[in-house]
Amino acid sequence: MRRLTIATAALLVGCGPSGSDARSPQRMGLGREVPAHEVALVNRDVGPDGVELPPGRGTVAEGATVYAAKCASCHGAKGEGMAPFPRLVGRPAEAEGFKFGASETSLDRTIGNYWPYATTVFDYVRRAMPQLTPGTLTDPEVYALTAFLLASNEVIPMDAALDAESLRAVKMPYQDRFVPDNRRGGREVK
Amino acid sequence: MPTRRDMLASTAGALSGAVVFGVPPLAEPEQQRSPAPPPQEPAIPADPTKAPGAPTSALGVRSPQVNPARTPTGAIAGSSLTPHQSLTGTITPADLHFERHHAGVPAIDAAKHELLIHGLVERTLAFSIADLKRFPRVTRTYFIECSGNGGGAFRRPRPEMTPQQIAGLASNTEWTGVPVRALFNEVGAHRDAAWVLAEGSDAAVLTRSIPMSKMLDDALVVWAQNGEPLRPAQGYPIRLLLPGWEGNASIKWLRRLELGTRPWMTREETSKYTDPLKDGTARQFSFEVDAKSIITAPVFPERITRGWHPISGVAWSGRGRVTRVEVSTNGGQSWSNAALLNPPTSKAFVRFEQMWEWTGDETVLLSRATDETGYVQPTRAALIEARGIGTSYHSNPIYGWKVATDGAVTFHGET
Repeated sequence: MRRLTIATAALLVGCGPSGSDARSPQRMGLGREVPAHEVALVNRDVGPDGVELPPGRGTVAEGATVYAAKCASCHGAKGEGMAPFPRLVGRPAEAEGFKFGASETSLDRTIGNYWPYATTVFDYVRRAMPQLTPGTLTDPEVYALTAFLLASNEVIPMDAALDAESLRAVKMPYQDRFVPDNRRGGREVK
Repeated sequence: MPTRRDMLASTAGALSGAVVFGVPPLAEPEQQRSPAPPPQEPAIPADPTKAPGAPTSALGVRSPQVNPARTPTGAIAGSSLTPHQSLTGTITPADLHFERHHAGVPAIDAAKHELLIHGLVERTLAFSIADLKRFPRVTRTYFIECSGNGGGAFRRPRPEMTPQQIAGLASNTEWTGVPVRALFNEVGAHRDAAWVLAEGSDAAVLTRSIPMSKMLDDALVVWAQNGEPLRPAQGYPIRLLLPGWEGNASIKWLRRLELGTRPWMTREETSKYTDPLKDGTARQFSFEVDAKSIITAPVFPERITRGWHPISGVAWSGRGRVTRVEVSTNGGQSWSNAALLNPPTSKAFVRFEQMWEWTGDETVLLSRATDETGYVQPTRAALIEARGIGTSYHSNPIYGWKVATDGAVTFHGET
């Protein structure tokens, strides 16, 4: 069903006016042309293949220093979390093996035991952290923090450094546990 | 509650209105020197027909007897829930629409705000709010439901829960805006664009990856809610609106749409808003909201008396129209079709009602919705069987209300 919709939609977009709202002319001529250098100011997202990762490099040790200065006040000295600020670090035995769905008790979803992509750590820290001063970390600081958080979660060695190439190569422990939504409506409860 | 400013405005209106009855108003300088003291709450006379009432006002306020309230939580990131037990009909007043913010409500200058559309497009364009308002508009009524709605009631149902606590992260309003497909036509979207990154202009710079198929189907960029500009908490000046999909994806304070070939795997679609299952996997991109209903009267903490009562509630589905709502007044031994009080429309609330005579026996009231796909709202036990107890997103179990022999109504979540 979804596949069919994509195909139909692509066809509509390709045909111009008939693909748009029937009341619109082919183009309204609205909007301001934006030059590439202006787009680059806000186009800072990093996807799972890491092709958008910027230059820079940071070590686990450097990340520990940045973490202590800028993150520990909310997330705890060891990333253990302080409600409402989430736990970031830890591979407790009761959650290992992705036990979240079956567990009667609420298990902390840490970077190490849940997050499927390492690039997400970089993207999120760079865009939204620290919460009171978001967007202020330099790219080397973000690489260092990402390295520190991944090492603390036993994903990379404690003596590691990260740059674009090495971050792209990191595979998270439970990436293969994420599956497409199989709910489709109809009689069956999923 | 009326604010002090409302009171002062009301007083000023009363003063100017006094001219009509031949009493000269106070001179301006006198008013400036000694502003009126905050007036008392207007008394309700025994007979309102024996004295003139209040004058007109610049901004309406609720009766002092009507005090619905959300439940704000969290200093920066938090949520605030719609008081369903205080509402009837289907439209949520904009000031009672639920809130969920990840880094507070930003203050945005609409005159400077733009929506940038770039990536796999022929023309990289930024649209001002004025630009967006020149496209052909659509007005539609849709619910928005946070996928976390009811998560607490699912995992840990408690007798003293209210509809607000159980389902207050769902609201239903009228939206006006422009179809995303019209904007994509304007920029010349490429055929190979399969995913779109939507980004907000809040301090979380919140991002979600949305399939192109949804964007070209019924996605809107809206600037108005219930006939007026969006409230700041709802995305002023513009938000994305993805009908029937989990609320987090309807990015508020929308500033950017990037067309690409694969999802970005943002924090909100990986570490959050994914649904762990008992088989050791987690559903990802679980956007659609399944059919759901909840009785909003009678509910905790009401105490009912013997005799006839309307059992009233709301139902909705992210997959289309609700076709039927059934009510049971005997704990699920038998069900009957409730009346639908408004014609059901796709991905919007419908109000249901069934008259019921309580004879004093202990019982449990239940409701269950069916949508146009044939999906029937399941029991909590059926959801646990299918998913596991650890999934708190997209929770839509049948909810019940236990009526004790003394008429006390409490939440019955273990269906």
